[in-house]
Amino acid sequence: MRLLPRTWWLRDLVLLVLYIGVIYLAWVALEYAAVYWPTMRYYNRIIVLLGINVILAVSLNIINGHAGQFSLGHAGFMAVGAYGAAYLTVTYFGPYVNKFPEGIQRIVWQNVFLLIAILVGAIVSAIAGYIVGLPSLRLRGDYLAIVTLGFGEIIRVIILNVEAVGAARGLTGIPAWSNFFWVFFFAGLTILISHRLVMSSVGRAFLAVREDQIAAEAMGVDTTRYKVKAFIIGSCLAGVAGALFAHYSPAYLNPTMFTFIKSFEVVAMVVLGGLGSITGSIIAAIILTILPEGLRYVKDIYPGMRDPRMVIYSIMLIVLMLTRPQGLFGRRELWDFLPKRKDSIPKEGRDQGDSNDKLDRDSGPPVT
Amino acid sequence: MADDILLQANSVTIRFGGLTAVSNFNLAIRPHELLGLIGPNGAGKTTIFNMLTGVYKPTEGEIRIGGVSTKEMKPYQITSLGVARTFQNIRLFKELTVLDNVKIGGHIHYKYSGTSAVLHTNRFHEAEDIAEVEAMKLLEIFGLASRAENEAKNLPYGDQRRLEIARALAARPKLLLLDEPAAGLNDSETRALMNTIHDIRDRFDIAILLIEHNMELVMGICERIVVLNFGKTIAEGTPEAIRANPAVVEAYLGEPAEAAGL
Repeated sequence: MRLLPRTWWLRDLVLLVLYIGVIYLAWVALEYAAVYWPTMRYYNRIIVLLGINVILAVSLNIINGHAGQFSLGHAGFMAVGAYGAAYLTVTYFGPYVNKFPEGIQRIVWQNVFLLIAILVGAIVSAIAGYIVGLPSLRLRGDYLAIVTLGFGEIIRVIILNVEAVGAARGLTGIPAWSNFFWVFFFAGLTILISHRLVMSSVGRAFLAVREDQIAAEAMGVDTTRYKVKAFIIGSCLAGVAGALFAHYSPAYLNPTMFTFIKSFEVVAMVVLGGLGSITGSIIAAIILTILPEGLRYVKDIYPGMRDPRMVIYSIMLIVLMLTRPQGLFGRRELWDFLPKRKDSIPKEGRDQGDSNDKLDRDSGPPVT
Repeated sequence: MADDILLQANSVTIRFGGLTAVSNFNLAIRPHELLGLIGPNGAGKTTIFNMLTGVYKPTEGEIRIGGVSTKEMKPYQITSLGVARTFQNIRLFKELTVLDNVKIGGHIHYKYSGTSAVLHTNRFHEAEDIAEVEAMKLLEIFGLASRAENEAKNLPYGDQRRLEIARALAARPKLLLLDEPAAGLNDSETRALMNTIHDIRDRFDIAILLIEHNMELVMGICERIVVLNFGKTIAEGTPEAIRANPAVVEAYLGEPAEAAGL
C-alpha cells in the first residue's frame, strides 16, 4: 500500500473520502438513470433495501457468528431503531426543515437531522441490546434464542399499543430523507466496524467465547462482558438499519414490518452465508434480497401459474442448506478462497527453521 | 515468609450435594517450584484445579493467590493474578488458528477498547505488534511456528497438547497448572514433554503444579509431590519419600512398589 500515507488516521481518511466519492457518484448515476428510464426507480429501491439488509446481516453476524450467541430478535432491534429515529424526526425535526427555503440550506439541514436521528436510533437500540444481552449471561443456545425471539415480539406488541407512534395504524409523516448514499455509507461503515473488530483483541475474545467459554474464561476473557458487548454492537447497527429504513420512501412504519419473520430473514442470510463470515453475510444478503424479486418474473414465463416465487425461494434455500450446511463460506471469508500471493504468507521471522532454541530441540521433532 | 508463598490453600473443602469431593486440603506453592499432584481416578485432583482457578467455589476454606483471597473472584480475574492452566481434555479454540489461540492466551495483556480497534489507533498497533511477536516467540519455543496459520483442530494430538501449554504461558503466569499434560502421548513424546516442562519452569521463572497419571513424568521432574486419595491428602514429600511411603503405594497402586515397576 505505498499509494497511501503511513499515518493511520491519514490513511483511513483518504480511504473514507474515496469511498464517499465512489458511492456519491454511484448515487448520482442511479438517480440520473431513473430520470431517463423510469423502471430504474424499482431497481433503485431494491438496491437500497439490499444495502439495509447488508447492514442487518453483518450486524447480526457479530452476535450470532462471531460471539456465537444465537439471537432471533434482530427485527426487534431494528424496530427500536426505526421507531426511535422516526419519532424524533416526526415530532421534533420535520416542522423545522419545512420552514427552510428550498435549496442548499434545506438539504444540509435535512441531512444533519437525518444523521442525528440515526444516532438516536442507534443509541436506543444499543440500550435495548444491553437489556437483552443481560440474560445471555445465564442462558445458552436454544434458551437464549427463545428469549431473543420473545424480546422481538414484545417490542412489536409494545409498539402496537403505543398511541404516540401510531399504534396499529403505523407511523406516518416521516420525512423521506434516507437515500442510496446514506444507506451505503452506513453499510460500508458496518462492514468496516465488523471487520476491524474481528481482527482485534475484542474480536478474538468474541471468537473465544464462541469456541469454548470455559477455556476463554481461563484465558482471562470476561465472557459476560464480551457477550453483552457483542449484543450492544450488533443491535446498535441494527438500529442504524432501522433508522435508515424508516426514513426511506415511502417512509412509513408499521409494526407488522417487524414480525419474527423479518428476524428469520436476517438469520437466514447469516446462516446461508456462513456463521462468522462477513463476506458470506454480505453475499447471502444480496442473494436473499434479489432472489424473491427476481422470481417475480417466473409468473410471466408460465402465465397459467399463480405466483410460485416463495415456493421456489424456499426450495432453493433448502437445497443450499442441504448441500452446504455450513453456509456458503463456512467460517471463512471470500479472500480465503482466492489463490494466495506467495509473498504475503510467511511474515518475517515466522519460518525460521534453524532455531537455536534449547527448548525447541528438547521438545523433539514436530509430530506429524 | 508469608509473602514468599505464591498460592495458599487453607483447609479447603468442597461438597457436591452429599459427596465431599475434597476435604480439608492444604497446599502452599512457592515461586519456582515444580509440584506434582497425584492420586487415583476420582481422588479430586481436577476438582482442586477447578477450585484454584475459580471454576468451583470451595464450600469451606480459603484460597489465597499472592496474598489475595479469591473467594469473590471469577475465573478470568484469577487469571489476572497470574494463574494459567491447561485442561485434561484439550480445550483449544478449535476453529481458530494456532496463532490466534496463543494471542487469546495473552488476552489480559493486549486489551484495548473497541473504538481503538475500529479506528486502528496507535494503541491498537502497539498492542497487536506485541501480541504477534510474543505469540510467535512462544510458538517457536514449542516448535509450532511453522503451523501458526493452521486451524488448531488440524494439529496432531501431541502438538495440540503443546499448544495448550503455549497458550497458557501467553498469559505470563507466575503459576502454571497443568492437568495431565502427557495424557495420550507416547513414551518419546512424554519424555520430550518432561524436558519442555522443566525448561519452561526455568526460562519463564514460574511455578508449576502438575496433575499426572504418568508416574515416570511425575517422579522424574517434580521436586515435591502431593498424593490425594478420596479427597484427602495422604502423603506429601519428595519423590523418594513418596515412592517409599506404604500408604501411597497401597492407595495408588494396590500392590507392592516393585511389582508396579517403580
